[in-house]
Amino acid sequence: MTHTFYIAMSYAVAAVVILCLIAWTWLDGRARRQELAELEASGIRRRSAQPTGDAR
Amino acid sequence: MTDSLAISKFSDLANPTRFLALAARILPWMAAATAILFAIGLYLSFTTEGDYQQGLTVRIMYVHVPSAWLSMMCYTVMAVSAIGTLVWRHPLADVSHKAAAPLGAAFTLIALATGSLWGRPMWGTWWVWDARLTSVFVLFLMYLGLIALNRAMDDPSRAARVSAVLILVGFVNIPIIKFSVDWWNTLHQPASVIRMGGPTIDQEFLWPLLVMAIAFTLLFFTLHVMAMRNEIWRRRVAAQRRMAARMAGREA
Repeated sequence: MTHTFYIAMSYAVAAVVILCLIAWTWLDGRARRQELAELEASGIRRRSAQPTGDAR
Repeated sequence: MTDSLAISKFSDLANPTRFLALAARILPWMAAATAILFAIGLYLSFTTEGDYQQGLTVRIMYVHVPSAWLSMMCYTVMAVSAIGTLVWRHPLADVSHKAAAPLGAAFTLIALATGSLWGRPMWGTWWVWDARLTSVFVLFLMYLGLIALNRAMDDPSRAARVSAVLILVGFVNIPIIKFSVDWWNTLHQPASVIRMGGPTIDQEFLWPLLVMAIAFTLLFFTLHVMAMRNEIWRRRVAAQRRMAARMAGREA
């Protein structure tokens, strides 16, 4: 195997791990935002986010 | 006066809602700066000369060294957050160390894999159990253990306290990693950048290395802020679901 193979493999491994990390963090954020939006749509809000008229 | 202002600014950040607003403002800038620095760093990495002994294999160093630095810096960030959890009970401290652990594991994995890919053509072996390689491998296992521990417990504040103690105990490994090449006779070469007497590395290699190191560090902080934001959202979803369940129970 040539040195080029080891260099290419190193950059490929680093790129794959970093891209997976970015994708995972981004998708996780999107899923959580969606869950919060669904809860909001079903009328469940944080106590601090509730309009004053709603307070019981 | 300035002191109290600084303290109040710091405690403002303890409010997760304020942290989310700040994250939304700074994340696009951090992501853009990371992308620009990576573009410059990669350009420099692939246009500089090869080393007189290593040849072009020196280019592996531009991803290996920054990820190895980050593997230790991430653990240090976690240790500071662990102190924040145990001493100041800062609401964001446990969010911070929980969010950092998978990032640290990923950068340690890159350091181990690229080190091995450099070792094969340069040392003639993929792996040796010398002090530096072994201590970094132990760091990788510690990251995995902390991720598992955090996921094994349902109560986030209890999980945070237990992992904070474990993180602080495990911090002893960081100076061992840093000084392993000086304390023991290792196959891994001693420090050539951060050392007494200044760097011994040639300017030709120092520049791409520094730019890549800053790019990697910015990438870490961008992902860390994103992961912390995700964790705050996750806790809010869990809290709101509990509230919905309580309300449904009351109505029934």
